[in-house]
Amino acid sequence: MNVLTLFFTFAKIGLFTFGGGYAMIPLMQREIINVNGWLTMKEFVDIIAIAEMTPGPVAVNSATYVGYKIAGIGGAAAATIGVVFPSFVVILAIATLFLRFKDAPAVKAVTMGLRPAVTALVAAAAISLTKAALVDLVGLIIAILVLLGMFRLKIHPVLIILLAGVLGVILY
Amino acid sequence: MRLLLQMFFVFFRIGAFTFGGGYAMVPLIQREVVDVRAWTTSEEFIDMLSLAQTAPGPIAVNTSVFVGYRKAGFPGAVAAVVGTTLPSFLVILAIAVFFTQIRKSHIAEAAFAGVRPAVVALVAGAAYKIGRVAIIDLRGLIIGAMVFLAVVVLDVHPIPVILASGVLGYFLFRRDYVVGPQGPATCDQPSGLGERASDVQDADQVPTFSPGHDY
Repeated sequence: MNVLTLFFTFAKIGLFTFGGGYAMIPLMQREIINVNGWLTMKEFVDIIAIAEMTPGPVAVNSATYVGYKIAGIGGAAAATIGVVFPSFVVILAIATLFLRFKDAPAVKAVTMGLRPAVTALVAAAAISLTKAALVDLVGLIIAILVLLGMFRLKIHPVLIILLAGVLGVILY
Repeated sequence: MRLLLQMFFVFFRIGAFTFGGGYAMVPLIQREVVDVRAWTTSEEFIDMLSLAQTAPGPIAVNTSVFVGYRKAGFPGAVAAVVGTTLPSFLVILAIAVFFTQIRKSHIAEAAFAGVRPAVVALVAGAAYKIGRVAIIDLRGLIIGAMVFLAVVVLDVHPIPVILASGVLGYFLFRRDYVVGPQGPATCDQPSGLGERASDVQDADQVPTFSPGHDY
């Protein structure tokens, strides 16, 4: 397997996915299974499950895993760099433009419209996560405890995640 | 160099402790970048977050590149993106080698069952924190409510929604910034490059319409 082919395939996947990791899965499936035949459907599904369970962005995780399965550590590196590369270039371009024009009146007005939109998108993300994550009373109690820890006690999110994991082991 | 190392380790920690993809990273990035390190203001962080979502790729990666670039230029962007992705890379490689053992672990399953509701609460908390800064008047509330309905009820893709709210923002808020003949406030000293000065004046005269100036 040519490592360069892996890089370009994942760069293409990274470039055409808008809206985060989950939007990447169908595109990845098409490229990996249908077009190139690098993995079977079953192998791919297992990889996605692991990518969701491990820390970090789902897209990066699945790229690393698929790359490793196909061409070892070199493949993992090529796929990971490939999937991140388009984001990196596009964001640098956007950041340069934004930092240059952010004080322009028209740009300020546009960002005043974007800010409430982001609030709503993050709230919507919380609600869509609820369906898979808040399935019983124990989960509800953990969620309430986390909100208390976050706002009343100002506990660091990393510590909250660790404590929630410990609580999960005790309660489930 | 010290800043770059610090940036690498901050994003490494963020990458290592976020489960469940991009949005789960938002509360952590917000905490580290705005509250702890003060690398950027709340308002600017929200702007970066919204622009990060209009670009392709994972939201967490995009946001970290943006923050890194804003604070420390191109080297900062590299430090941030390597920091965010390296934990994933190492953990996945480790799992790829020991795949079968991990999969059957009941302890890992129980721990994840506990982490998932925590992530929901963290993301909901982030939405609240962002909203306190982002929604400051009725116009913002209307945009927020429309986006929420479009995404949650009508299942519209985020990209057209973000573009539409940018356009809507331009038409609803431009009078706050562009002082023209029909502007909301009289500008006594019209100066060529003085949008900033005239903004402050507007803010003084129309206190309820002073977005972006409560830093």
